[in-house]
Amino acid sequence: MDSKRRDFLKIAGLSAIAGIAVPSAFNSLLKGEAVASEHGEAAAANAAAGAHGAAAPTGKRWGMVIDVKKFAANPGLAEKCVSTCHAIHNVPDFGNKKDEIKWIWVDSFEHVFPDDSSQYKKPEALESMPFLTLCNHCDNPPCVRACPTQATFKTKDGVIAMDYHRCIGCRFCMAACPYGARSFNWREPRGKNADGQPFIKEINPKFPTRMRGVVEKCNFCVERLTIGQIPACVEVAAESKALVFGDLNDPASEVSQVLKTTFTIQRKPSAGTHPSLFYII
Amino acid sequence: MIEKALKGSTGYWLWMLFLLSIMGVGGLCYVQQFNYGLGITGMSRDVTWGVYISQFTFLVGVAAGGLMLVLPYYLHNYKAFGRIVILGEFMAIAAIAMCLMFIIADLGQPMRAMNVLLHPTPHSMLFWDMIVLNGYLFLNILCGWVVLQSEYKGIKYPKWIKPFIYLSIPWAISIHTVTAFLYCGLPGRHFWLTAILAPRFLASAFAAGPALLMVIAMILKRTTKFDVGREAQDKLVTIIGYAALLNFFFLGCEFFVAYYSQIPGHMHTLDYLFWGLGHGDQVYNNLVPFMRASVVMGLAGIALIFVSRAKQSDGLLVISCLLIFFAFWIDKGLGLVLGGFVPSMLDQVTEYYPSAQEIGITAAIWATGFFILSILYKVAISVKLENEA
Repeated sequence: MDSKRRDFLKIAGLSAIAGIAVPSAFNSLLKGEAVASEHGEAAAANAAAGAHGAAAPTGKRWGMVIDVKKFAANPGLAEKCVSTCHAIHNVPDFGNKKDEIKWIWVDSFEHVFPDDSSQYKKPEALESMPFLTLCNHCDNPPCVRACPTQATFKTKDGVIAMDYHRCIGCRFCMAACPYGARSFNWREPRGKNADGQPFIKEINPKFPTRMRGVVEKCNFCVERLTIGQIPACVEVAAESKALVFGDLNDPASEVSQVLKTTFTIQRKPSAGTHPSLFYII
Repeated sequence: MIEKALKGSTGYWLWMLFLLSIMGVGGLCYVQQFNYGLGITGMSRDVTWGVYISQFTFLVGVAAGGLMLVLPYYLHNYKAFGRIVILGEFMAIAAIAMCLMFIIADLGQPMRAMNVLLHPTPHSMLFWDMIVLNGYLFLNILCGWVVLQSEYKGIKYPKWIKPFIYLSIPWAISIHTVTAFLYCGLPGRHFWLTAILAPRFLASAFAAGPALLMVIAMILKRTTKFDVGREAQDKLVTIIGYAALLNFFFLGCEFFVAYYSQIPGHMHTLDYLFWGLGHGDQVYNNLVPFMRASVVMGLAGIALIFVSRAKQSDGLLVISCLLIFFAFWIDKGLGLVLGGFVPSMLDQVTEYYPSAQEIGITAAIWATGFFILSILYKVAISVKLENEA
């Protein structure tokens, strides 16, 4: 009897441990975060408890508000954001849609918000409004979940970054992204076209060029953030305040203040990705 | 045992030479792709996976189809499959080899493929797919070879192989389940985001895999003295027929959910595949003839396969199996993967057409698969016939 009781206690103890550890481990697996990280544990514990709301924020989470009205009032501003970004990040221009690589671009309401565009009647002005489109730096990013090598990952500040030297070019992340934010180097980006024109007009030596066969996308200017600068597009739009950038987890930040006082929308909220980009229309 | 593959008729050598020539041409295409990049294919920013990944998906099914022979023979001791079971295991080896080649062909940086092992990532389904595919390849090589070698020596296979054979049964289910999970776990791609994807994959696999096997068995019956036997043939007809029916039932469920709920995201891809998707002032329908043909061929194949058994007609059996095989090849080897990208995440439509090089590489990988299959079958059949003589 004694040995049976011992066995029972052992099993009971083990299953209790498993019951606590397995769901949280599973959750952190799903989220693509290390179990050891403080944030991961908090998020996992929260999810394991079946909480409906989001975990209490810890640390920084960079985010951005895009004021489409201000872009509409400043013609050419959105295009300038795009050209500045692409120039400093050595984004190649192949001159065709098939090979196209873009980190940030201007698109229409019906493309950026396809689920909302079936509305029967819409303001006419909406059609011509310039919607700046870029990676959403999701808090729950499907691309990070899909990547088989962790070449795309979430930094502790909430930026979805990429290691171009680790990417194997399987393009699973491109299938996973619900926003079409990712581009693939279908051919050599450092090359030249038939007329001898380089695809990258002028190389910025401060930022690496990429090689053929890897995926790339907006990195929220993580290289600038680390030295205390704001993203290049935000800098371009600084005067008009068409882009507001900051820490979403800091209630005193400008971006948090804007979000507190203005109604904004996010792209495809039903996908459960929790984008860090917000639009004012 | 492998020396059996080195002795054969003129027909055998001509067949191998034919395969080698396709492999050579495709090899040259791959050199071009390797030097230029994947831009040489028809894939684009919107349609990021093309025939490589769709062939891969289909062939995982062909590999898993071997289960329909292994399970009755080893688990239920169904003796009639005694001669054909080795063909199923060897077909799985060739199919998985093709799968792995298609994945490598699709990588932008194939030299970095080992990064998947260097940086194991359990939250990625591709990581698990790598594990289950390689595991299944290993299991089939081990089980198939050991059992055949025992037969060659005229002894019963050793006991220690049994656990591996039993393991290969759930493992076959896992390869196609995980492959379905590559697709059905992605938010935003409504066509793939369906819990029935893995069951549907399995149903089509259990029809397409044995159908191909049956066609090959019939060719062998004509060209060699190897006959799988009437009972095995009839049993396979039941398996193929019901699995194919199940696949169409699942497809019907997809249609119901999409068109009864009228949720646009659920209807768009089915519209594109079967009716043509009106978008702006254009209608996109380049896959419609294929998908409709797939349904017609599949249903005709199911009807004919049962007729073939009633009439005991080998000719009709081959025709019906070919119909079913190609129906599911279109369904999964074209429509499933390509359809998922239409419309794009920004609600735009880009149609995909494979390039000549892409078709060359695809043909070469198929040829390599048949090359491997021919060697394995040559060995297996020589051993079987020698034993019976």
